[in-house]
Amino acid sequence: MSQVLLIEDHQTVRDGLQLALTRQGHAVDAVATGEQGLERLRVGSADVVVLDLMLPGMDGFEVCRRIRQLGDLPIIMLTARNDDMDVVAGLEAGADDYVVKPVQARVLEARIRAVLRRTAGESRRSIGDRSGPERHGALSIDRAALVVSKDGTPVGLAPTELRLLLELSHTPGQVLSRQQLLEAVWEHGYLGDSRLVDACVQRVRAKIEDDSSAPVFIQTVRGFGYRFGPL
Amino acid sequence: MTLRRWSDGRAFGLRVRLLLAFALLGVTTTAVVASGSYFQARTVILQQAQDAAVMSLTDQLAQVYPLRQLPPTQGDLETLAQHLSDREGYAVVVYRDMRAQGADAPDLLTPQLRQAVRDGVVAWQRVSVEGEPVLLIGTQLELDRPDGGSLSSGLEVYWVRSLAPEQESIDRLATLAWLTGGLSLVLAVLLALLAARGVLRPVRELGQAARSLGEGQLTTRLSVRGVDELADVARTFNDTAAILERQVGELRRMEADARRFVADVSHELRTPLAAMTAVTDVLDEEADRLPGDAGRAARLVSQETQSLTQLVNDLIEVSRFDSGTARLALDDVDVAAAVTATLRLRGWTDRVRVDLPPGVVVARLDPRRLDVIVANLVGNSFRHGAEPVFLRLRAEPDWLTIQVRDEGPGLEPEVLPHVFDRFYKADTARTRSEGSGLGLAIAWENARLHRAAGQRGSLAAGNAPDGGAVFTLRLPRVAADDAGAAR
Repeated sequence: MSQVLLIEDHQTVRDGLQLALTRQGHAVDAVATGEQGLERLRVGSADVVVLDLMLPGMDGFEVCRRIRQLGDLPIIMLTARNDDMDVVAGLEAGADDYVVKPVQARVLEARIRAVLRRTAGESRRSIGDRSGPERHGALSIDRAALVVSKDGTPVGLAPTELRLLLELSHTPGQVLSRQQLLEAVWEHGYLGDSRLVDACVQRVRAKIEDDSSAPVFIQTVRGFGYRFGPL
Repeated sequence: MTLRRWSDGRAFGLRVRLLLAFALLGVTTTAVVASGSYFQARTVILQQAQDAAVMSLTDQLAQVYPLRQLPPTQGDLETLAQHLSDREGYAVVVYRDMRAQGADAPDLLTPQLRQAVRDGVVAWQRVSVEGEPVLLIGTQLELDRPDGGSLSSGLEVYWVRSLAPEQESIDRLATLAWLTGGLSLVLAVLLALLAARGVLRPVRELGQAARSLGEGQLTTRLSVRGVDELADVARTFNDTAAILERQVGELRRMEADARRFVADVSHELRTPLAAMTAVTDVLDEEADRLPGDAGRAARLVSQETQSLTQLVNDLIEVSRFDSGTARLALDDVDVAAAVTATLRLRGWTDRVRVDLPPGVVVARLDPRRLDVIVANLVGNSFRHGAEPVFLRLRAEPDWLTIQVRDEGPGLEPEVLPHVFDRFYKADTARTRSEGSGLGLAIAWENARLHRAAGQRGSLAAGNAPDGGAVFTLRLPRVAADDAGAAR
């Protein structure tokens, strides 16, 4: 059972999603505004946030950024429109995944489960469990402890970001396509939105690279995908 | 420079016609005037020369009268001939078989002239001697009779006079006439060119303006100069263009309003649909446990909620195409794998016979849109055609082709042009089918959204030779990134 914080301003949508997610076995805390949602996080905790982008008062993008500042809580955006600009802006604000409204409860549920799997636990089994941290230049990756540090200082990575880095660094020098990464990290099956990968890569680069515009750890291979190293 | 070719190059264009007309007019007028005055002057000159000659001859004859005797002797004739000859000409005197000539010259007298003179008239004739015009005047001397009458003497006097000076004057006149003609021709051509320019420039501007209006530049206007007919045409053109611009603007506004309305309605429908969709799973799960009618009703609501969601999503997709906000999210895709996945995800793998080329066909395109297109085409074949459905993928260096064919009756010829129309239902009896009525329209727009090197992707409908509908999708292997999607 997981704690879901649902931030959605339309009451009927909120009620519907709360009803459906509760039936799926989640503990759903539903609020109407971003301010209320941030307040809940201050006093309590949640495993995942389902966040509507179109909110009165503080908009979804701002809420997303604030939650990211608080920690590495996974965020799934609800976008009312299948609007590319919204999606891109939301991913840049730090969201882990998104679904387009109207969404069936089981689709949202599957995404919630996938994002929760990324937080700790199950990552370890799937991507190698070598003893001790690996060293990649200035970067040290401890797959057992799920800690990434650069020059000895731990780097705070959100679960999706960490999972992406683990996936790429597991096979240094090998190119992974966006679709491969979508399947491996986001569990989207086929035909996921490759912008999820691009946005996440950008965020990871901002945290581990010296110069994001000239990355050495996560390199773009034009026309193919991404590659860890070679250093 | 199609414009120059248009106005200058054609064989019987306005310019050439004007030129010809002016030249013809100039030449005709000059010819009439010049030749008229030439012939008039020529007649006058010759008449004067002739009159003078006749007068001179008469005067001189009067001096040699009266003849002493008849018949005259050869000596008399010689004397007479000598006497009548002077610087301007010489005389020939003939009496029956005798003949005397005042100068050493060939015999120029023609039988006709002789005959006329013998008949008693003062006759004249112009002949040409070695290219030089010569005037012959002849008369017969008469004898006064005592009763006051006169009697032919039988003595014929001819006077031969050169017309060279007169010919010279006439030649000068002719030269002048030719010169005048030539000058007026040049003048006519110059005038024609001027006139042509005056007429052609506005005509050319009009043509240019009409073309740009036709190309959709509805703000095109002509500058109106002067008050002539061409200015009228320009004014009429401007008025027409203004009306057209207003009407097209109005139509566009109305169309934009209608589209915005559809987009707004679709968005407004999303919120209640989002709430309903969220709980359709609950309805589906509970339906089996609900008694009879309630269970059926719950299933129906759930099912129709999903249809309505699909319709609204399609409407929003269409309004994004209409407003030009649809963007490609490009990725490098193994097309064969993508097509297979599309079929697998929808449980269609066993119902479609897939023909893939050997090897991997990688293309840079929007995988979501490819999925939408293929799903719509195959779904359409299931609904309106008959199974089995065939899907064939072929790759060229720059393009890839996906063909979806079914074993149905094919598309009626009158249906073909409307297959991609929105909400077009081929079978009027079946007004309610599974699709939203937008599927093929969306597939068509999605195909066109992919473009490379100025060429758009395409989706075409047709019939196979042995019946069955064939839809052919063509997409570039490397679609151009549109702004904003650049990586």
